[in-house]
Amino acid sequence: MKTRGATRNDRILLWGLRGASVLASSIVLLIVYFLLAESLPALRRIGIARFVTDGDWLPSTAEGENQYRLVPMLAATLLSTLGAVLIAAPAGLLSAVFCHFYAPKALATLQRRIVELLAGIPSVIYGFWGLVTLVPILQRLAPPGQNLLAGILVLTLMILPTIAMLASATLATIPQAHLQGAAALGLSRWTTLRGVVLPEAAPGLLIALLLGTMRAVGETMAVLMVCGNVVQIPTSLFDPVRTLTANIALEMGYATSEHRSVLFVSGLALMALVVLLIGLQRQFRRSVTLV
Amino acid sequence: MRHSLHLTGLAGLVLLQAACGNATPQAAAGQLSGRLVITGSSTCAPLVSDISKRFEGLHPAVRIDVQTGGSSRGIADVTRSIADIGMVSRDLKPSEAAELMPFVFALDGVAIILHANNPIRELADAQVKGIYTGAISNWSQVGGPDAPITVVHKASGRATLEVFLKYFGLKESSVQPDVVIGDNQQGIITVAGNPHAIGYVSVGAAEYEIGQRTLIRLLDTAGIPATTANVHAGKFPIGRPLILLTRKNPPELARHFIDYCRSEAVHDLVQDLYYAPVSAK
Repeated sequence: MKTRGATRNDRILLWGLRGASVLASSIVLLIVYFLLAESLPALRRIGIARFVTDGDWLPSTAEGENQYRLVPMLAATLLSTLGAVLIAAPAGLLSAVFCHFYAPKALATLQRRIVELLAGIPSVIYGFWGLVTLVPILQRLAPPGQNLLAGILVLTLMILPTIAMLASATLATIPQAHLQGAAALGLSRWTTLRGVVLPEAAPGLLIALLLGTMRAVGETMAVLMVCGNVVQIPTSLFDPVRTLTANIALEMGYATSEHRSVLFVSGLALMALVVLLIGLQRQFRRSVTLV
Repeated sequence: MRHSLHLTGLAGLVLLQAACGNATPQAAAGQLSGRLVITGSSTCAPLVSDISKRFEGLHPAVRIDVQTGGSSRGIADVTRSIADIGMVSRDLKPSEAAELMPFVFALDGVAIILHANNPIRELADAQVKGIYTGAISNWSQVGGPDAPITVVHKASGRATLEVFLKYFGLKESSVQPDVVIGDNQQGIITVAGNPHAIGYVSVGAAEYEIGQRTLIRLLDTAGIPATTANVHAGKFPIGRPLILLTRKNPPELARHFIDYCRSEAVHDLVQDLYYAPVSAK
């Protein structure tokens, strides 16, 4: 009787779980489907090649000589993300390590609260702060001030707390017994870190990096406000750039027919970039866990 | 199980009653009722939204839904019957005007703005053109201080951009911007924060911001000061109509609303937003 009841409940749970996972994955599939369906007219009429070979991005000119070069925006997304991750990753990881292994307890708690607060600030606020505070400072260095560097700095501020918090959560899962074992062997704090903590936490730290990177790739409002949005491949940190996300946000509300369809192509490019990132991370994680 | 069924039945009954309750006064009073969907120009939207609130106050059974998305979107939505009324803030192209009925309900201008501390008081049309094509890149070339010019330009598809390009005879592909912005607001913040920037925005939006002590200044065009009064008098050269448009044979409610937008009853709302009212003749 009891076992039969259990199997029935199990079955309900199993089907519930199946349903939930089908729902979760079908949402992603639906998004990809709509992206493809909406961008297909543009891909068919314009062809993929022109998104690379065209000279400029002029999707809705009055003269009807439209051009659709996506490469500068792809470059802007990659460069701003790369720059932000290069600064935020070491800073975030080190702050988590400091918090867990070096800081006095009171200081660690305070630092954690501040990081949590930072993580909760909406991106528009970061963007607005960037526009009224950061941009005028950069402008004195090199006008117009709205440029790639401003984007990188604002993105760094945004993903730093994400990386720090996730890294901190990962470090907290290291079993106490391992740390005590290391202490019993008389290992120094640095040796414990390098030999015990980091290898064990590596997969989790990678996830922290990945999620931080994704947030930088997907961020829209803040970069739209501080990057200047000129479609060009930057030759220096002080050149204004337009990212893929900013492009969609700037033009989607005003786009009709083919222009609209082309914007879905930039969404598709963004999606491809994210898939690529996940793939890279998996590959990287495999090599890390093998060591 | 049974309990919840019961509740559903009850809810259905309530809904039914609500529907009936709604229908009766409409039929009895014979006044305006129904729903209007209005989409298009973001320049028109705040004004139309203010007017529609007052209109809804006069006709409680009317619901008006105002959405923004640019002039082209307004035209496309009306053509495809997604919206009842479209908002457009530029002259209609002949191909667009053929199947639709336009009604001008206010006037606006597009003017050049500079930072309030910029000593430049006047720019000839050719100089503005030179600045936007990159031929002039330093303020000293037009009699100002030795500082690089920051050219603020609008993103593709904006009506303000089309009006600006048309007046100065520029092609979108020949403009060399330093900053590309979305709406008037972002453009004004950008220019207010950069002493060496030049931009172009709606005269109405700029006058409103100057009233709020934002650090920008409107520049004369062809010797005519950019003011709402000059726009209204038809003197300011870069003028544009704010248009409501419908399909041929619009529904009665849409016609009533458009008449109301063009009536003297809303002139105060139009002037509150620094646009110039026009009256139906």
